[in-house]
Amino acid sequence: MATKKSTNKFWRQGEPFVWGTALALTLVLFMTVLLFYVVLANGITVFWPKDVILATLNNGGYALGELVKDEKNPATGKKRFQFKIGNRDLYSLDFKWIDTEDIKSFSTPSDIYVLERQENGNFYGSLKELKTPGLVLPAEKKENLQAALDAIEPQRLEVEKIDRQIAALNDKVEQNNNKLLKLRYKKEEHTPATVALHDKVNTIKAEFEKLVSVLGSKQGIVAANEAVFVDANGQEKTIRLADIVRYYQPNSMSWLQKWSYYGKRLRELLFAEPRESNTEGGLFPAIFGTIMLIFMMSILSFPLGVLAGIYLREYAREGYLVKMVRIAVNNLAGIPSIVYGIFGLGFFVYGIGSQIDLLFFPEKLPTPTFGTGGILWASMTLGLLTVPVVIVATEEALGAIPPGIREGSQALAATKFQTLTRILLPMASPGILTGFILAMARAAGEVAPLMITGVVKLAPALPLDGSFPYLHLDRKFMHLGFHIYDIGFQSPNVEAAKPMVYVTTLLLILIVLIMTSTAIYLRNRMRERFSVADL
Amino acid sequence: MSHSATAIMSIEKPQVEVEHLNLFYGNSQALTDMSFGIPASQVTALIGPSGCGKSTFLRCINRMNDLVEGLRIEGSITIDGENINDPSLDVIELRRKVGMVFQKWNPFPKSIYENVIYGLRIAGIKERGVLDQAVEQSLKRAALWDEVKDRLQQSAMGLSGGQMQRLCIARAVAVNPEIILMDEPCSALDPRSTSRIEELIRELRGEYTIIIVTHNMQQAARISDYTAYMYLGELIEYGPTQKLFTVPERKETEDYITGRFG
Repeated sequence: MATKKSTNKFWRQGEPFVWGTALALTLVLFMTVLLFYVVLANGITVFWPKDVILATLNNGGYALGELVKDEKNPATGKKRFQFKIGNRDLYSLDFKWIDTEDIKSFSTPSDIYVLERQENGNFYGSLKELKTPGLVLPAEKKENLQAALDAIEPQRLEVEKIDRQIAALNDKVEQNNNKLLKLRYKKEEHTPATVALHDKVNTIKAEFEKLVSVLGSKQGIVAANEAVFVDANGQEKTIRLADIVRYYQPNSMSWLQKWSYYGKRLRELLFAEPRESNTEGGLFPAIFGTIMLIFMMSILSFPLGVLAGIYLREYAREGYLVKMVRIAVNNLAGIPSIVYGIFGLGFFVYGIGSQIDLLFFPEKLPTPTFGTGGILWASMTLGLLTVPVVIVATEEALGAIPPGIREGSQALAATKFQTLTRILLPMASPGILTGFILAMARAAGEVAPLMITGVVKLAPALPLDGSFPYLHLDRKFMHLGFHIYDIGFQSPNVEAAKPMVYVTTLLLILIVLIMTSTAIYLRNRMRERFSVADL
Repeated sequence: MSHSATAIMSIEKPQVEVEHLNLFYGNSQALTDMSFGIPASQVTALIGPSGCGKSTFLRCINRMNDLVEGLRIEGSITIDGENINDPSLDVIELRRKVGMVFQKWNPFPKSIYENVIYGLRIAGIKERGVLDQAVEQSLKRAALWDEVKDRLQQSAMGLSGGQMQRLCIARAVAVNPEIILMDEPCSALDPRSTSRIEELIRELRGEYTIIIVTHNMQQAARISDYTAYMYLGELIEYGPTQKLFTVPERKETEDYITGRFG
């Protein structure tokens, strides 16, 4: 009897329900934490210089590289190690599996060099000699790689400078050519203006030729300086000094040096251009593209959504039609994003874009200007995708304001519009911002619609730069989300790109986190100001 | 229910004149053939059981009912000889003339100062001196000045319920209306705050025409000069408060005020 009573109480008080709710929350938290852990743990260690291990093999050979992981060999059931041995130009593969029974011993020689190169990935090996015909090095530093790199640095910088000058000239030629094209299209080919333009192009071209020849000779000098390295098995490899992005000797690095290396890599990640089909180097264009995309999307979708929400809640007469519109808006948020992408491609790119080309850039046709994917169309597509979220949030925020407040304002002889701008919108702003945060988070995570409306693997120029007209809305752009997909699944060397996938993911999460935290901070401040907790 | 004309006292030179007022929500009738006059500078109380149409009637006077969909009005309400339902009448002007205090206080999430001058800002007044003066005057008139004069720039959300209600009265007074409508202003307040508001209403009497809806018959008896008893959307009896509460002409009124009904 007593036990029955207590079980009854157990069920009546809903004990299992409490446990169920707790379990659900735990499960969700666990998954989230796991996701973050995986990304964080893998992403944060990528730039830390790992020791390079020399494995002496039983067959008399050697393997040199970073230990990536170990696992049971599915064929033999014994343990095997995966090494990143690099030297793609020598071995054609960056990674190698070595079985335990093949290994005689491990060691970590301190004189091992790791070279990050412009091409072909890392090189692991030791330095044999320097061939520096064009450089004057002090006698005691004849065999010092750092001294040689330092000596070649000014030359290299000069080459880069000339490269930039050539790019600027190219830009000018391009602009003049566009003008010429326009004139030709207008059938004004032999006017003084055309002649002047031709002259201008010719002078630029002469300048261009001069620069190219200077560049050639400089490049020759730079390229003549080489270093000979040997791999673990004594195979020699001559590498041009100019191809060495960075070198380090992880086995003899102090903690401080390792941290400084980490910092350098981080700086490169944030501010440099990518190399080696995006698997090495920096992510700057992708970071820039992502932020600019979200920014433009916000500018487009936020005012539109808020205005539509205001109309729906404040002005539209409640009825069948408004109900239908509301249902439609709510459903819009559930449409797969690729559908938006296709709509964007069909309507914005091929529809509006090609009309813009016909009207404003007919001389360039059939080469499209706006009639192809670009950051404007991508942001508009994302704007369309997020606008329902903003509409719903605006409507709900306005609807949550106590009716007494509206009446109070109108009883004081305020018009509906005055009530809206002076009382309702400030009060609704925290709720509207919440919707905006959700919209931003959704937009930052979308990749599918971008892939057909303007994102590319590698964009040579940013959509915002120093050349006229500064904001290039027609340009294609890079995006962190697409970058993850591209290097993770489309790259020719997926295994080598894996660390970069983690780093990019981590970066994308961080960017979203920073942007949403800023918005949340703003919202909370507004909430403090406009709360009506007592009403 | 038919009622004799004798139960409804006629007022000489009323400020608000109601004639054959009928009000419908869709198909249901909320007010039936109300006709009476409300005198200037006096306190008139509307009493009656819940749902009898007191608040609905009150909200006709400043056309607050405009916001309600499907509402239809017949008959007329004139204020100072002007029909307020005339399409040519500016409802904004009307509301400037007829202020309102609601059952549930509804200060805006702004500073005390901004709350008081909201109506003035809406009217386009920007001079700092005028606004400052209006704040002080209105708060003094609403008997709130001494309590808040040191924190005018703080949020009105930090006030107590009674203080918020007095702030709402100050807000209504600030635009200098002729008539103030009060829709059960004390029903959500504790006795002490209630008595402060009642005191305030007595002080405002003479300066403003006050029309107050109340559930509390003692309150009506204490503060009003005239009382109207409504039942099921009809005006049953209307007359000087003292007379209505001591020698009511109608049986229904007597039943209600003696507590036998209601």
